[in-house]
Amino acid sequence: MGTPVIMPQLGESVVEGKISRWLKQLGEPVKLYEPLLEVETDKVTTEVTAAGAGTLLKLYANEGDVVKAGTLIAFIGASGESVPATDPRPSSLPESEREQEMPRGNGSSARISPVVARIASEHHVDLALVHGTGEGGRVTKKDILAYVEMQPDTPSEKLEAWEQPGLGELFRPTEEVFGTAVSASPGPIAPAAASAPTVTSDEVLPLNGMRKAIAEHMVMSKRTSPHVTTVFEVDLSKVVAHRNTHKAQFERDGANLTFTPYFAMATIAALKKHPLVNSSWSDSGIVLHRTVNLGIAVSLGEDGLIVPVIKNADSLNLLGFARTINDLADRARRKQLKPDEVQGGTFTITNHGTSGSLFATPVINQPQCGILGVGLIQKRVVVVTQNEVDAIAIKPMVYVGLTFDHRILDGNSADNFVAAIKQRLESWT
Amino acid sequence: MAEKTLIEGIREAMDEELARDDSVFITGEDVGQRGGVFRATLGLFDKYGPTRVIDSPLAELSIVAVGIGAAMNGLRPICEIQFADFIQPAYNQIVNEAARMYYRTGGTFTVPMVIRTPYGGGIGGGLYHSQSIEATYAHVPGLKVVIPSNPHDAKGLLKSAVRDNNPVLFLEPKKGYRLIKGEVPDGDYTVPIGQAQITREGSDISVYAYGMMHYYCQQAAEEVARDGIDVELIDLRTLNPLDKDTVLESFKKTGKALIVYEDNRFLGYGAEIAAILADEGFNYMDAPIRRVAGPDVPAVPYSHPLQDWFMPNPQKIAEAMRKLARY
Amino acid sequence: MVVPVLESATAPLADLPADLLLDMYTAMLRARRLDERCWILHRQGKIAFHISGMGHEAAQVGIAFAMRRGEDHFLPYYRDLAMVLACGMTSLEVMLGVFGRQDDPSSGGRQMPEHYSRRSKNIYSVSSPVATQVPQAAGVALAEKLKGGDRVAVTCLGEGSTNQGDFHEALTWAGVHKLPLIVVVENNEYAISVPMEKQMAIPRVSDRASAYGVRGVTVDGLDPIAAYHAAQEAIDIARSGGGATLLEVRVVRLTPHSSDDDDSAYRSKEDKAALKISDPLPKFRGRLMDAGILSQQHERELDERIVDEVNHAHQAAEAAPYPTVEWAAGPVFAA
Repeated sequence: MGTPVIMPQLGESVVEGKISRWLKQLGEPVKLYEPLLEVETDKVTTEVTAAGAGTLLKLYANEGDVVKAGTLIAFIGASGESVPATDPRPSSLPESEREQEMPRGNGSSARISPVVARIASEHHVDLALVHGTGEGGRVTKKDILAYVEMQPDTPSEKLEAWEQPGLGELFRPTEEVFGTAVSASPGPIAPAAASAPTVTSDEVLPLNGMRKAIAEHMVMSKRTSPHVTTVFEVDLSKVVAHRNTHKAQFERDGANLTFTPYFAMATIAALKKHPLVNSSWSDSGIVLHRTVNLGIAVSLGEDGLIVPVIKNADSLNLLGFARTINDLADRARRKQLKPDEVQGGTFTITNHGTSGSLFATPVINQPQCGILGVGLIQKRVVVVTQNEVDAIAIKPMVYVGLTFDHRILDGNSADNFVAAIKQRLESWT
Repeated sequence: MAEKTLIEGIREAMDEELARDDSVFITGEDVGQRGGVFRATLGLFDKYGPTRVIDSPLAELSIVAVGIGAAMNGLRPICEIQFADFIQPAYNQIVNEAARMYYRTGGTFTVPMVIRTPYGGGIGGGLYHSQSIEATYAHVPGLKVVIPSNPHDAKGLLKSAVRDNNPVLFLEPKKGYRLIKGEVPDGDYTVPIGQAQITREGSDISVYAYGMMHYYCQQAAEEVARDGIDVELIDLRTLNPLDKDTVLESFKKTGKALIVYEDNRFLGYGAEIAAILADEGFNYMDAPIRRVAGPDVPAVPYSHPLQDWFMPNPQKIAEAMRKLARY
Repeated sequence: MVVPVLESATAPLADLPADLLLDMYTAMLRARRLDERCWILHRQGKIAFHISGMGHEAAQVGIAFAMRRGEDHFLPYYRDLAMVLACGMTSLEVMLGVFGRQDDPSSGGRQMPEHYSRRSKNIYSVSSPVATQVPQAAGVALAEKLKGGDRVAVTCLGEGSTNQGDFHEALTWAGVHKLPLIVVVENNEYAISVPMEKQMAIPRVSDRASAYGVRGVTVDGLDPIAAYHAAQEAIDIARSGGGATLLEVRVVRLTPHSSDDDDSAYRSKEDKAALKISDPLPKFRGRLMDAGILSQQHERELDERIVDEVNHAHQAAEAAPYPTVEWAAGPVFAA
């Protein structure tokens, strides 16, 4: 008895997902827990693994399809086993309606209408590949026409280098030829067959889901909140000293102790003292959030950025923070975050200093009130006054900036908040 | 030493080269029994037979292309194009093949061939038997272009061309075929390709010319000498590769340059001489650089008043010399 | 004078010794694997240009094997990869040209890829203007005849190029002078995008031969043995003073015209699928296997060896130095 593959529910509020890539092809063997497909939701792309072993016998959904959670999307079974035309799981439909269901059998012989058979033969279509939306999962005329429409874009057919279309211009400027070489890894350059080839020397990078999502959010956020930034300089001597002392112990406890946990804890403390900052604007009033869900922005390099959220961050100590931040950042980079883990934040920290930036004015992560930007930690010369005598000292300094929503906060309250962070960091023991 | 005509000098060169080197052969339209429409190959067919003097089909492209192939396979063809006006079907083979072969094979293939053809007007030839083509072809890297102005040089330069391992376009001023006479030594001698010659030493103006125009310049120089103008006359002889040193040396002396060519003025060969003088001779320039050339209409209209209007002649040249000397 | 035009059905394998057949197959396979690698390099953005001979291998190998390879004069055109390899160029030499390196024997990087030249193997230089090599080949053949030599001149071009004046003038000389010349027309029925029926109003290019008093033959270029026999006959006639042959081989162009051509503009998916069925390489492989001359094992080993050779050529060429600026500056004249 084979294993039906069901579209999982990937988050509390996530009711559907888009199949972005089948990782296995029809007829390929599948091992238990082997990654089978990639599903894209609003924020994350998640790998879905196989719940059973066998051969991938049938696909009921294609790449690009948006499928509701709980839908049958594939079937894994023994080679040669007959494949159900529809979901073989017990139906919740009443008896009388279930009578209309298709008899079990080879999908391709189950109720193919004459017009569907004709179209399939004209276009050399394997009906097993076509997703049926008709009664009982039947392939309707519309279904097969839609499938045929999509054919040129179907990447399931691997084209040899000389079968991939050229640009059509027999010669191009040399800069274009060598400048547009795609990734270092060998693989076909595929100018999108659907869109017209550009003949200028400009390169067009297609927008992926992540880039589109980031773009939409950034524009919306700037349009929503009046962004103002205030910057403080913080002396990290005590933090550095603490870290140097405790780093090895943390390693033994299974955590890589970076500077981020310190900033996180200082921020949490400040949020507790200044609850107005842990809030969201609404037309009926400023919503003060009871829990502190702290988002830590993680850069995915050229693939964009993502903000995993630490729920109830006020319950963690430094070690807890270190461990949690390690785990989230790691899974973020390996595209293994769950959609729940990137939602529900009430405040965000972004460590733009790791790429060398001194201070910045990041965009608020809506619907939060502010975002804390941490700059590059740098040894600087500062003036130290002791007993009314000025002297020069070298200290590890950092610029910490709060970009806040001026609808909720004014300069004074914003500054008090950042001052609290500064005070906590500069007095670390 | 006897006095011979230009065409006789040319014929002698070919005769002697055919005798001297078995790999030399001649091909072209009517070169065999007819001896060529200008009698350039008169008697050679009888003397050397149909394997050394080969009548070609009426097909200029292949006269040159077959020559290229034969040259690459060890022979030294002399390919005649009946009139320079008819060379254009072979342009592709000359420019894209013969001229490029050495460069494009990194020197492993050479094309030791001569393309000889009569050029120039003043013989009632109309629009298709009077053209000058040297500007077009001297422009091409890899192709040598040689134009004799007298029988002595014609024989010596043609011999050098046959022995040169590069493709050489040998342009013969047809008006001068019988008109220009001079002393031509019997037997073997060569005139080097790539060397201009100062044919008249002078101090007032430098006059640069080649082919038929050099002949006229000689007459014009004699005439203006009576007015006390001392012309230095340079016979360029090889248009590519140009003897720049001789060109500049003379200009340094006189500071005044006149270039004479019968081809259309615009972008004619003299324009390059003018550009070189203006650039590398700037510090010696004492007057604008002047040209006497054909007008910019298709060369050369037939009816003789039209032809006379078109063609430079000793009087027009002398007038230009005077003006320049006076500047 | 009416000159007979011959057609041949698939020639029997038994005619030829097994090791010759295997050598032919190896030559075809080598060309194919090298060709494929060049396409991949282009799609990776590593080379700027490639023009292919995929689908022509059987005809080229058959004809080459009938020549005194490396001795007879050969004036190729840009699709003649299999033929130049069979006549003595190496995979490395081809790759050096593809990558435009200093040690490229064809031109030292001055010419585009596939513009072959190898004087030591009597392979004459290829240029881009089409058909210019045909009257030059006539000249080579003429010189051979004048010198009293016994080599023949073989030249190749596409069917579209037979419309150039060069082609006609060459055949004129060939007919008049009874030259030891074989003009091979590799008819793949496309001149870039223009199909044969828009190039000529005759069904076969060899129909042109009689207009020049030259022998005209058309054979199936997908069968290397048919090509071999036809070439052998033409070469024997030429070598013995019997004059020239226009040898048309019918082949398929499995790829677009060149690396950036987009042939979906003029060839449908069905057309291209049909072409694949005509691929001469698997066809010949199949015949050899059916005849017990080539085993699965042997075929695998051979392919591995060839791909290894291609890999080495690719890597060595890619690592070789570029030409210098001084090299670009000439000289343009021989001493």
